[in-house]
Amino acid sequence: MSVIFDESGRPFIILREQDKKQRLKGYDAQKSNILASTSIAKLLRTSLGPRGMDKMLVSGDGDVTVTNDGATILDQMEVQHQVAKLLVDLSQSQDDEIGDGTTGVVVLAGALLEHALTLLDKGIHPTRISDGFEKACDIGVEELARISDKLEFNKDNLEPLVKTAQTTITSKIINKHKEKFADICVKAVLDVADLERKDVNLDLIKIQGKTGGKLEDSCLVDGIVVDKDMSHPQMQKVVKDAKIAILTCPFEPPKPKTKNTIVIEDKEQYEKLYRQEQEYFVNQVKQCKDSGANLVICQWGFDDEANHLLLQNELPAVRWVGGVEIELIAIATGGRIVPRFEELDAAKLGSAGLVREVTFGTVKDRMLFIENCANTKAVTIFVRGGNKMIIEEAKRAIHDALCVVRNLIRDNRIVYGGGSAEIACSLRIGEEADKISSVEQYALRAFADALDAVPIALAENSGLNSIDHLSKIKSEQLKTKNPRIGVDAVGSGNSDMRTQGVFETLIGKQQQLRLATQVVKMILKIDDCIVTGSDQF
Amino acid sequence: MANFGNPVQVLNPGGFEEKGEMAQMSNLIGATALSDLVKTTYGPKGMDKILQPSGRGHSDKVQVTNDGATIMKSIMVQNPAAKILIEIAKTQDDEVGDGTTSVVVLCGELLRGGEKLLQQKIHPQTIISGYRLATDVAYKALCESCVDHGKDKEAFKKDLLNIARTTLSSKILQQEKEHFANLAVEAVLRLNGSTDLSSIQILQKPGGSMRDSYLDEGYILDKSFGVGQPRRIENAKILVANTAMDTDKIKIYGAKVKTSSMVKMAEIEKAEKSKMKQKCEKIVSHGINLFINRQLIYDYPQEFFADNGVAAIEHADFEGVERLALVLGADIVSTFDHPESTKLGSAKLVEEIMIGEDKLIKFSGCARNEACTIVLRGANSHLLAESERSLHDALCVLSQTVNETRTVLGGGCSEMIMAKAVTEAAKKTAGKQSIAMQAFADALKQMPTVISDNAGLDSAELVSVLEAEHYKGNKDAGLDVNIGSVGNMRDLGVTESFKVKQQVLLSAAEAAEMILRVDNVIHAAPRERRQ
Repeated sequence: MSVIFDESGRPFIILREQDKKQRLKGYDAQKSNILASTSIAKLLRTSLGPRGMDKMLVSGDGDVTVTNDGATILDQMEVQHQVAKLLVDLSQSQDDEIGDGTTGVVVLAGALLEHALTLLDKGIHPTRISDGFEKACDIGVEELARISDKLEFNKDNLEPLVKTAQTTITSKIINKHKEKFADICVKAVLDVADLERKDVNLDLIKIQGKTGGKLEDSCLVDGIVVDKDMSHPQMQKVVKDAKIAILTCPFEPPKPKTKNTIVIEDKEQYEKLYRQEQEYFVNQVKQCKDSGANLVICQWGFDDEANHLLLQNELPAVRWVGGVEIELIAIATGGRIVPRFEELDAAKLGSAGLVREVTFGTVKDRMLFIENCANTKAVTIFVRGGNKMIIEEAKRAIHDALCVVRNLIRDNRIVYGGGSAEIACSLRIGEEADKISSVEQYALRAFADALDAVPIALAENSGLNSIDHLSKIKSEQLKTKNPRIGVDAVGSGNSDMRTQGVFETLIGKQQQLRLATQVVKMILKIDDCIVTGSDQF
Repeated sequence: MANFGNPVQVLNPGGFEEKGEMAQMSNLIGATALSDLVKTTYGPKGMDKILQPSGRGHSDKVQVTNDGATIMKSIMVQNPAAKILIEIAKTQDDEVGDGTTSVVVLCGELLRGGEKLLQQKIHPQTIISGYRLATDVAYKALCESCVDHGKDKEAFKKDLLNIARTTLSSKILQQEKEHFANLAVEAVLRLNGSTDLSSIQILQKPGGSMRDSYLDEGYILDKSFGVGQPRRIENAKILVANTAMDTDKIKIYGAKVKTSSMVKMAEIEKAEKSKMKQKCEKIVSHGINLFINRQLIYDYPQEFFADNGVAAIEHADFEGVERLALVLGADIVSTFDHPESTKLGSAKLVEEIMIGEDKLIKFSGCARNEACTIVLRGANSHLLAESERSLHDALCVLSQTVNETRTVLGGGCSEMIMAKAVTEAAKKTAGKQSIAMQAFADALKQMPTVISDNAGLDSAELVSVLEAEHYKGNKDAGLDVNIGSVGNMRDLGVTESFKVKQQVLLSAAEAAEMILRVDNVIHAAPRERRQ
């Protein structure tokens, strides 16, 4: 209670306890926080692994999202509980940093908290638990590095990359076509990768979805796809060897930023102004034409007259192209974004082998494909599918796979999936625990047990007898000293993850351990929880 | 204070989640309920629905329809799984135009099968992997069963007619399906392989009977000539424009007129007029005798044109202008300084005609013949609206078939072929998946069952006879609902587009898989509506 008494026994209120304000202290606070976190983790648990299930999220406006991606689920479920929000942030930061493993990290954090709770019950001080977890995490990260393998790949041998991308895609709904999508992702990343600097700018890969057709129809477009069409219905629909003028100024009379009024006082002025206006359009189009351009892409709109003049001069044009797309087009075609007509010249034009307008389906849906660009460093993954939700989910899966491939290019060390890495860490931490003579020993053991949560969830989701299966794998790993034995989730009868081709990136796994430990430490440290009710007006 | 045992509120107040079996059940029930709703409209003897929109001012706009997509676009659903079904129906409509009911019914049946398996404690992932195997087998069987007459023009035209007839037979137009099938095929063949249906104009004119509907080779514009201008122009030279013909404002920002005397004011007015006059002169100097503008034409230019013997049509809407340009082979013009480089449109004859009581302008003998107009006649506007939807479906399917020339047989025949292939494959598959494959085959068999149920026939009897025929090796057997027996679909000419069937199969399977994969539904708190 936030009430103490002064020496004469009168109550002394520190925190006014009203309906709106809540306060939890000490063990209660920790317990309630852990409960909230584990309930989130439990929710995600069933989404883990190749046989994981999906979640259906209904937004406040009634929009439906079906997804398997941890970060998306947490992001859209509008969590209210303050500590649960930490877990949402946790999966978000895994998403930002690594891109994949967003479900795994939350499951791990949940398991750690659950085990921490039993330690708290035993009366171990939260700080000691934190210290122990910290130590265990260090050992785990070290062990991961030890068991990791270097993945050798080059331009001619992309197989290892494709395998890793496949592992990521396997858990998503598009796993029916995982070979195809993994292939697309690897090719896309390599197209834009800077192999010398070992870095990839994923902004250069655009993912464009379009409902209709089937998932197999998805493809990698060597260029840019823009959801726009030619500004005039009679312009040519195909431009070969396009020289593209990329403009950010409208085909309209100039609008000076300072406020002005032009005062017309007599007839001459009126006519002069009229002629001037006509000249604007003629000049603008002429400047484009003179620069040698045969396609104009503009961020803004066109006046009717300018539009027609463009048509008359056989200069196809696209209007209202978004800022991000304009940049991508500029990068892909090697052109410069030109903000004024006067600055347009041949050197600033972009070039593309083929620009074509493609019509889809029975409605007037058109898209512009800019292909065979001068600079291949910008590509588009074009996703098709039976409905909007499946395309959104495919996009998310592709994003994850792209991130994984990028991480591999940055650091080509891998560990093996299927829970094998977690088991190896757990065994190692268990060994180390015996060597410690202080209370932290318990925390280390708890950490080791918590690591088992991932393979257990995997086995459970795959319909296996989880405890039985886990103990079998564990003893096998111990016996054979082979850290690659994991949960055989797809029922192939082979538990060696190297031969099954289940790869995960080392940095992804290490990051999972570190992030989960950090959040758990943070939650454990909270011993007082004051919630100010929302202000009501 | 103590929070023991009390549930911790994690979600926003108002939000809730459904878990595990509850979630699955609510999804499956929602989806099957929606599919049951449209089920009765499926097939040649399907029934129609009346849609009455709610809300102020709309309640009198009643629609009577048989088109799955239209029904589903109009109903409001809460259930998230049902929303997925609506989504696939919309995609089907946008992509191929027809088969919107089929895709929802098939998906509903797949889910119903899935529900039974779930009750037998089979894991959803097992069902999904079984469905996937089955989809592949069914797709292969469908590909094998299709016929391609794309090279043979005569046979292909016959195919098209058959497809049009099959599509129309489930719609309101079935009375006159022969007539309309001919109309639709002719219209689509004029497109020369383009799928852009905007060049086929459908005009609804109440009055007359449905049989009076016709295809006009020329183009009919629902507008009239200006006053005092010729009503009939032979060898018309036409300028199609999109320009302001009211007052030509100066577009330079901030221009403002300020005069010191009335005289100057008059001068400017004159200048304004002369500007318009110049514009008109320029237009006339193109050597035209008909001017069509997208925007309004005011009295002054109207008068000027009349004086110079040029007819003018104002306010042709956006689509009208685009179509006209397409038909007449003209540019859409907004500036008039270069008559030499402007392509003018031409037509042998432009005249005012009467349909019913309305005056319309008809262009015949046009330069390019790709576009055409279908004039629909009928007793009332509901009938016409539904006819247009039906005809639109038929046109969509036909235009898609022109590009993907393969065809399959209808009347439940293709479904039976697929079901047979899946059943056979299931028997060869070891493991739990085979049960799911069998369920998939059963769902496919439901399609002919629904057709015969809707026709008021003994479905159990008919479908088993149909199945037996197929096992005997009669691959063309299907349901002939008109006489209520099994017949040879190829002889009857019940043909469907391969593309439609393919899309139905794949979309339905995809959506069913998506719904089955869900084990948890999280509802966010509904957004507060501010008054």
